[in-house]
Amino acid sequence: MRLQASGVTLAYEARTVSRDLDVAIPDGSFTVVVGPNACGKSTLLRGLARMIRPAAGTVSLDDRPISSYGAKEVARRLALLPQSPVAPDGISVADLVARGRYPHQSLLRQWSPADEEAVSRAMAATGVAELAERSVGELSGGQRQRVWIAMVLAQDTPLLLLDEPTTFLDIAYQLEVLDLLADLHAAGDRTLVAVLHDLNQACRYATHLIAMRDGAVVAQGPPAEIVSSTLLAEVFGLVGEVVPDPQTGTPMIVPADREARRTGRAGLRAGVSAATGSGSSSG
Amino acid sequence: MSAPVTTRVGEWSVRVRPRPVVVVLVLLVAAAALGSVALTLGEYPLPLSGVLDALLGSGSRAQRFVVLELRAPRVVLALVVGAVLGVSGAMFQSLARNSLASPDLLGFTTGAASGALVAIVLFGAGALGTAGGAVVGVVVTAAVALALLGGDTGGYRLVLVGIGLNAILYSLNNYLILRSDLATASAAQTWLVGSLNGRDWTTVAVVAIGLVVLLVPALLISRRLDLLGMGDEAASSIGVPVVPTRIVALVVGVVLVGTATAAVGPIAFVALAAPQLARRLTGSTGPGLLAAGVLGGVLLLAGDVLGQRLAAPAQFPAGTMTASIGGLYLVWLLAREWRAGR
Repeated sequence: MRLQASGVTLAYEARTVSRDLDVAIPDGSFTVVVGPNACGKSTLLRGLARMIRPAAGTVSLDDRPISSYGAKEVARRLALLPQSPVAPDGISVADLVARGRYPHQSLLRQWSPADEEAVSRAMAATGVAELAERSVGELSGGQRQRVWIAMVLAQDTPLLLLDEPTTFLDIAYQLEVLDLLADLHAAGDRTLVAVLHDLNQACRYATHLIAMRDGAVVAQGPPAEIVSSTLLAEVFGLVGEVVPDPQTGTPMIVPADREARRTGRAGLRAGVSAATGSGSSSG
Repeated sequence: MSAPVTTRVGEWSVRVRPRPVVVVLVLLVAAAALGSVALTLGEYPLPLSGVLDALLGSGSRAQRFVVLELRAPRVVLALVVGAVLGVSGAMFQSLARNSLASPDLLGFTTGAASGALVAIVLFGAGALGTAGGAVVGVVVTAAVALALLGGDTGGYRLVLVGIGLNAILYSLNNYLILRSDLATASAAQTWLVGSLNGRDWTTVAVVAIGLVVLLVPALLISRRLDLLGMGDEAASSIGVPVVPTRIVALVVGVVLVGTATAAVGPIAFVALAAPQLARRLTGSTGPGLLAAGVLGGVLLLAGDVLGQRLAAPAQFPAGTMTASIGGLYLVWLLAREWRAGR
């Protein structure tokens, strides 16, 4: 596997988020990391992309410790779209996308034909080519996110990491971005890793799912194999049932009724496995 | 106008935006024109043609002496010190991702002044000692700021720590003046207003060499500083070494402002205004070091010319002029940012 973490401890100064974590990203997968808020999903992504240095253990990229690479070397193999990047005032779409070529450039090689091709390919793939001269600031949320994805695409890396790429977008834009990622994944041998909030969306789009809680990986594998009401209880502390998605057949989470969840929770505490169906109706 | 132009030779390629280049060229012409006018100013009446004669080596000995030995050092010093401050300000503003982050608001200029005052008040230093004190002052200030920031020089932390340091150093400066006798206090006060008066070619040469030497690392990291504007993570993701870039920018910015302050005393607002105006003129997102530098020179020279002409024969020091013009600019800027809701 090209990207993996072994025995990694991730911490911010005094606060340890994850201890002794082992994660391997299958090559060519669309891996999605899920888990409750503050479970260490984004921290894991940052650790994998060398945004934070592990306090222990190693992250390896193409069989070498990621720490042994130069800054631009890493950026030619792995791109990370952070949660809230800042578009500089007045920058045009074309200029922002062109920034993704930075790791391929140098003082005497500022704009090669390869740069030009990669940028137009990235803008075409994300459907932002007609926006090229527009200022990023005046775009809609969905358009802006596509522009940022175009920037990391222009980077032309075999590994692409995205930290909550759908947050702050309404449902239609969320699906638009996820469809785009699925298309990118289907188009080539790129490996995608995304942190997502919505478990149903994760199940629809992921080929490999990593479920985390309290900084630890609870389960990983194809969604159809690992997502169950037990996992739901273990990871989110949520009582509900898992049914086939009527549209795609992938696992779909249906949280239990309010009353049932209350009693279900009590059941959980007593150690009873929770699987509750439709209960009494309530508002 | 803003579309970049690419030139390729074999494997090599260079990409340049025409607009910043045009802006820099226009500003250089403006600097030359303003400089020529400034050379005509003074007690010895001399028309522009006389100035040009002296510059070209003809003209009387008296003309050459007045122009080349008395006035030219002052004009060139204004341009060079202004350029140093403009580049320094551009460094700090990119570093902090904040257009209000300039060395004079963040305590670095004040720290240089503290060092100079310690030299004047406690050691009775002359011009050279005062300059040395200013350099020590700015280095100590930067060290304290770095220690307080714990190495993290990004964003608001630098601004907040800097403003705090500025307040402390300002009161220290007041205390140093208060506890000294009248003659020393007067000498200190004279230094504190920042003046270009009576400086010779040696001072000009020292500042100019400092500028040229520091421009090299500054220009080398200017693209990275531009990319840092997207946030640490986005910049790091495309291969910008965030922490080393920040440290180089901070060191270069601090040494530049220390050099300028050591040479002419504290000059306010050039470092704040020049980079911002330069960015507006060039329409670029980056630090725009060259435009900021040339514009800084023009601003300081303009301030000095105004100071000499506004109430002639009475003269205002350049520092006073830039402070009052810059104060108005700051008020306008804050009002504008407030309305923009940022």
